[in-house]
Amino acid sequence: MPAVSMTVNGKAVTGDVEARTLLVQFLRENLRLTGTHVGCDTSQCGACVVHVDGIAAKSCTLLALQCEGAKITTIEGLAEAGGPLHPMQEAFRENHGLQCGYCTPGMIMAALDIVRRRGNDLDEHTIREQLDGNICRCTGYHNIVKAIAAGAKAMAKGGTRQAAE
Amino acid sequence: MSATKSATGIGAAVRRKEDFRFITGQGQYTDDVVRPGETRAAFVRSPHARAKIKSLDAAAAKKMPGVLAVLTGADLANDKIGNLICGWMIHSKDGTPMKMAPHPALASGNVNCVGDAVAVVIGETLAQARDAAEKVKVDYEVLPAVVDPAKAQAAGAPQIHADIANNTIYRWHLGDAKATAAAFAAAKHVTKLDIINNRLVPNAIEPRAALAEYDAGTDNLTLWNTSQNPHVARLVIAAFVGMAPEHKLRVIAPDVGGGFGSKIFIYPEEVVCLWASRKVRRPVKWTAERTESFLTDAHGRDHVTHAELALDANGKILALRAKTIANLGAYMSTFSSSVPTYLYGTLLSGQYDIPSIYCEVDAVYTNTAPVDAYRGAGRPEATFVVERLVEVASRQMGIDPAELRRRNFIKSFPHQTPVIMAYDAGDYHASLKKALEIADVKGFGKRKREAVRHGKLRGLGFSTYIEACGIAPSQAVGSLGAGVGLWESAEVRVNPTGSVEVLTGCHAHGQGHETTFAQLVSERLGIPFENVSIVHGDTDKVQFGMGTYGSRSGAVGMSAIVKALDKIEVKAKKVAAFMLEAAEGDIEFKDGKFTVAGTDKSAAWGDVALNAYIAHKFTGAELEPGLKETSFYDPTNFTFPAGCHICEVEVDIDTGKTEIVNWTAVDDFGTVINPMIVEGQVHGGIAQGIGQALLEGAVYDKAGQLVTGSMMDYTMPRAHDLPSFHVGLTETKSPSNPLGIKGCGEAGAIAAPAAVINAITDAIGTENLAMPATANAVWSALQGAKPRQAA
Repeated sequence: MPAVSMTVNGKAVTGDVEARTLLVQFLRENLRLTGTHVGCDTSQCGACVVHVDGIAAKSCTLLALQCEGAKITTIEGLAEAGGPLHPMQEAFRENHGLQCGYCTPGMIMAALDIVRRRGNDLDEHTIREQLDGNICRCTGYHNIVKAIAAGAKAMAKGGTRQAAE
Repeated sequence: MSATKSATGIGAAVRRKEDFRFITGQGQYTDDVVRPGETRAAFVRSPHARAKIKSLDAAAAKKMPGVLAVLTGADLANDKIGNLICGWMIHSKDGTPMKMAPHPALASGNVNCVGDAVAVVIGETLAQARDAAEKVKVDYEVLPAVVDPAKAQAAGAPQIHADIANNTIYRWHLGDAKATAAAFAAAKHVTKLDIINNRLVPNAIEPRAALAEYDAGTDNLTLWNTSQNPHVARLVIAAFVGMAPEHKLRVIAPDVGGGFGSKIFIYPEEVVCLWASRKVRRPVKWTAERTESFLTDAHGRDHVTHAELALDANGKILALRAKTIANLGAYMSTFSSSVPTYLYGTLLSGQYDIPSIYCEVDAVYTNTAPVDAYRGAGRPEATFVVERLVEVASRQMGIDPAELRRRNFIKSFPHQTPVIMAYDAGDYHASLKKALEIADVKGFGKRKREAVRHGKLRGLGFSTYIEACGIAPSQAVGSLGAGVGLWESAEVRVNPTGSVEVLTGCHAHGQGHETTFAQLVSERLGIPFENVSIVHGDTDKVQFGMGTYGSRSGAVGMSAIVKALDKIEVKAKKVAAFMLEAAEGDIEFKDGKFTVAGTDKSAAWGDVALNAYIAHKFTGAELEPGLKETSFYDPTNFTFPAGCHICEVEVDIDTGKTEIVNWTAVDDFGTVINPMIVEGQVHGGIAQGIGQALLEGAVYDKAGQLVTGSMMDYTMPRAHDLPSFHVGLTETKSPSNPLGIKGCGEAGAIAAPAAVINAITDAIGTENLAMPATANAVWSALQGAKPRQAA
């Protein structure tokens, strides 16, 4: 079995994986980082979104071996344990942008990427268009849109245009 | 009211306690649970809609690396594992009971739908299990399949199940056929519609999963399962499937990522995982791939209906009749029989005073996935029939759609409908009036004319819906055939340090019970919101409860908590009486403090709680130590949330694409515990209803292959498909539970489809439009129709 090495949430990790092991499987099963979720098998739902070298990617559509040497950030890497939440996380709670929570990690990671690409002043239309790759069955998106707009603004105040490294 | 109480009590938009773990990726969903020595299951499934299994050869599969076992339907039968069941008896018009075909968890004779499981491979890793599953050789004799429910009963149609003629499960009816026929004969105007309520796949974003573990030392089985009702799962798997005695089976439903009804039912996979774990003596985990979810999760809706409305010259409704064929799929799922009968026919009065109603429903088998309750369960189907009939009647008779509704609204309560339901409280004029204002219906004509200048057709659609929720009074449903009562349980445990745990038989899979239930307790006991924990989802911790569906957790679940809190207050006062050396009758309890009436002698909640457990101050002979009370609450009636949704659309003349430019929802849910959470439920329900109307549809081809078998082919609503929603509330409290709650979880899904289709048909000027009203469907309809003149 080939070995793979990468940095996940700031920590260097290695593991033995099959060639066909997906990044999401490596994260969930080898590293026990179960915050990243699997919701579909055709790369539609976005529950698996993580950041690979600072850019949002669907971890269900990447092989672990493709991420050799990469810097991965998952939902678990946004805030220090016991430390303050990332403003985007806070915004989801404040605006009731989640119900069952299953799509939420992917939504938050995708939201951060929207901010990275489109800035901190996001209008409703932009957010809705940019969420094409993230499906939620619970919320009807109304509060997710509010949360992302609020989170983006709050990130500007805190001086962070990027996701946490 | 103290500042603390109003910030976290009933009616406050308290931010949710459960969110922290979800936004930090620390939720514990079933697939996140890992047990030592865990193995993985991969199912072998039929690729044919209907076939006979001629032979099954697992020899090659068993030799594959990492394979512990390959188990088949024959093995299951040999071990005498029982079949899955439908728990609601429905009788046909002639009194005969419904025809329930056997449903083993693994097929060994015939397979009856694509995806029907015939074997399972247990492997050390998922990859090894899947590789081996591909090596299981099944020789099928393909048989002709029945796919179209409208043709399932035709002479010459293949008979799917032995001894079940015409693929007919039951032929049911409700109402007064003669009175209804007479009313139609005398009617000035009759509106007729043929309606298909399109088949849907619930697609909660978390796929179904089961993790079973057998403890050989104790002969106990534990099941982690994505269930909305762990105790019901336990009962069915123990008593009906016969897997184990009930007291030796523990079912845990941890965090569950959405249910919408699809996770109520007991499915083959959890049965097989339990059985397999006992055979291989290792934990067995299965998680559905999304394709498996499409093939095997219970689908929703799938009705073919002919409906008619009889009116007099003034647009007063005289009668309604409907004939429906309901597709229940290959096997009867756990609650399937009830959905097109007592959850459908009983709502055909809508918000209207209709003297006569008659409804006939034939439920049929087809070689498709089983169909059962999906958000709204029967009530979206009823609402679509009623609200389309009313809207079309208003157009045919030249009466304003709001006015026609007003002429027919029920105005006094209680109101006995001709279809069992007795509505106890409501004000339909109030929600209509408020919705008209919020939607600025007055300005619609101007907006419509403006839109035409830009090549768009604007339309307005109403849906004044009502539902029966707060499922349900046990005697009522028992008399209608339910195999279980639908009460709810609550145990309130006060700890010596004064914090409180509430163990509820409900289950939260997105509804925010950890927050809303705590709001209730915090306000009632006058203790901080942070000091209240809500426990659910584990049959080892929580006594029997019926789970969460049917918008019941507020009306029934919280009522059980209220009753338990009543008992807590009684006992706590007794303890306080001993402490304060006063008579029990002189103790008052308010804002977390016990006071001797007319004095300044008092004891704080915390001190009373501690004393209940120290018990130094009372003898125990008169009063037992401890402070913990239980209630099993049986509601006295259904609840009847109702409201008015108004949908405004713009249809592109060239492409047929529909944009929803405004959505107004005014709902009456009775008492609202947390308006933020209630609005969220409304948003989510509307989104699913819009999905049904515009985008979604589970399609099987003539051979019974599921063409829409993934999220690439089945259109899930995305953020850009939906508008923001304008949500308002009116309130008439439910008189049938202590808090006056009606429930809100399904309302949006029930109301929305009719509003959308009413709006589009208004825009394009033809009623000849089916769901989903895709751009292609609308464009095609436009080619055959003259657009309605702008107002």
